[in-house]
Amino acid sequence: MNSVGTSVHTAPSNAFSRIDSDILRTMGRPGYAYCAAVAIAALGLGFGAYAFSVQWRFGIGVAGYEHPVLWAIYITNFVFWVGIAHSGTLISAVLFLFRAKWRTAVARASEATTVFAVLTASLFPIIHIGRPWFFYWLFPYPNERQLWVNFRSPLIWDVFALSTYLTVSIMFLFLGLIPDIAAARDRCADWRKPIYRALALGWDGSHRRWWHYSSLYAFFAALATPLVVSVHSIVSWDFAVSILPGWHSTIFAPYFVAGAIFSGLAMVITLLIPLRKFLQLEDYITIDHLENLAKLIIVTSLIVGYSYITEFFIAWYSGNPFEQQTFYNRLFGDYWLFTWSMLICNTIIPLLFFSKYLRTNLVALFTISIFVNIGMWLERFVIITTSLSHDFDPANWSGLYQPTWVEVAITIGSFSMFFLLFLLFIKNFPVVSITEMKEALVTSNGEHQELRITSESLHSSAASSTGDSI
Amino acid sequence: MPTVKIMGVFDSGKKAARGINAIRKNDLGSVTAYSPVPDHALDHALERSVSPIRLFILIGGIIGCISGFALPIYTVYDWPLITGGKALISLPPFVVIAFELTILFGALSGMMGFLILARLPRVSRRTKAITVDPTFSLDRFGVFVSCDPKSESAVREALKLAGALEASRGA
Repeated sequence: MNSVGTSVHTAPSNAFSRIDSDILRTMGRPGYAYCAAVAIAALGLGFGAYAFSVQWRFGIGVAGYEHPVLWAIYITNFVFWVGIAHSGTLISAVLFLFRAKWRTAVARASEATTVFAVLTASLFPIIHIGRPWFFYWLFPYPNERQLWVNFRSPLIWDVFALSTYLTVSIMFLFLGLIPDIAAARDRCADWRKPIYRALALGWDGSHRRWWHYSSLYAFFAALATPLVVSVHSIVSWDFAVSILPGWHSTIFAPYFVAGAIFSGLAMVITLLIPLRKFLQLEDYITIDHLENLAKLIIVTSLIVGYSYITEFFIAWYSGNPFEQQTFYNRLFGDYWLFTWSMLICNTIIPLLFFSKYLRTNLVALFTISIFVNIGMWLERFVIITTSLSHDFDPANWSGLYQPTWVEVAITIGSFSMFFLLFLLFIKNFPVVSITEMKEALVTSNGEHQELRITSESLHSSAASSTGDSI
Repeated sequence: MPTVKIMGVFDSGKKAARGINAIRKNDLGSVTAYSPVPDHALDHALERSVSPIRLFILIGGIIGCISGFALPIYTVYDWPLITGGKALISLPPFVVIAFELTILFGALSGMMGFLILARLPRVSRRTKAITVDPTFSLDRFGVFVSCDPKSESAVREALKLAGALEASRGA
């Protein structure tokens, strides 16, 4: 049974109503704090957009690229955001296949995280290329230049992987939303009703529709699982298929996938803690859920730590001087501060979650998740920049890469865009799956289990909520 | 032949399934069920087997896989340009494209199959009337029976006996 609290029993027949009213209530009139958050995110996005317009007008030279560091913050952001997307698919698809019922409460927010993170990530290759107005050249289509893309290039694999991932994630999110949007349509009384009516596609809960819906949902989970593994493997091959020391490594695919899930889980915790507080969803997204996420963070942190050790060990054991100097430079060169911060944030700090007290303490959870986010961003930066800055030719080792204000602003803009989309989503769509929460109450023989609510003071009696509107 | 439509409203899937079983056992009419969640009890009562949606996904996946190999192979022959000394048909990198397109086409055709099989989006005025009861997306289970006028009382009786909160004429 899903864990939605422990004390007061609500009559089974009222449990469904209560779920509806509790979750749909979150889509009600926004408060000042929400509006302020949206305004700040919009401002940040505007700042990023302005910086991009500067780069558009004056060219990529306004970024801090300097030979040989010709991939830097933009690609760091790209890999970071693709990574963030992965936990959503892990929670919504992989845990679904494993029948991990606790995922129910956090799956929707994670799926939304996936879609918005992939959207944000997919902007960065376009921002990074010198002439962004020609980005469509990345797609294979018959053209007047009579040229096709090079299908042997990992950058083209990225195009296919990301387009597929974005499309499948959007469909997965939308499919899960259809019955919930129908519930919102039936309860909504404001200007959004026609929008919900259109988006619900005329859903009426008939058995024929549920039958196909359940089947497709399971298939989407089955399709998304290998997809999520392939996407970050392909992103890792952007590096691993090259011959640059520090990049040319066979462990990159599993290492990146584990790192992606690790960072994504941290981002989900970072988002869920304020979300459950401000939307008063403590009865649904409980400490138990956050603790389970923290346990997954321990697992993925250990995999990432093991990968770091393997990388350094192989560099030493291979006896390859190029490989050795790269990793020596990574630890003790110009970027030592970033490397050591990354190591501490990703391999030491998350191990604090071995303590049950910290796993169940909201402040600790939030703080550690922020450290992991920072650590994983730094990991991508370290892999990209340190490897490029010390390539085969010592004459190229000119010194530190330093980002310009344009790169910093675009990075801020990307975070703002992600948070803005997430904020808009949570106020306009059910952020916890109403259907899955109800489904968790129904046992296989059709009996309702009891929904147990801890905080009676939060809501009025569920019995009166039948006619509630948003 | 004239028919009447009876809508039985239940507060649990198990009771609704009991109602459906009674109607079907006595061959009183054709049944459509409505529920706020997918419900296994209703699955059993309506004897649903496996959704044919898997065929859509399989066919889409196969088409995607073939396309994923065909597109790069066609393009390398359309403009034969040796890069990096590799064979024109370099299967390992093409597997990546084929893998992604298998999933993409499988998912797209699955979605298309869902919309076709579930008859969505639904815009018909006639069917819209059935869904007027918004409690079916909330906490109620509906059993909609289309039956001969002579069986009306028997249908109502069967639904009531199964635990229907109400059994009234539907639209």
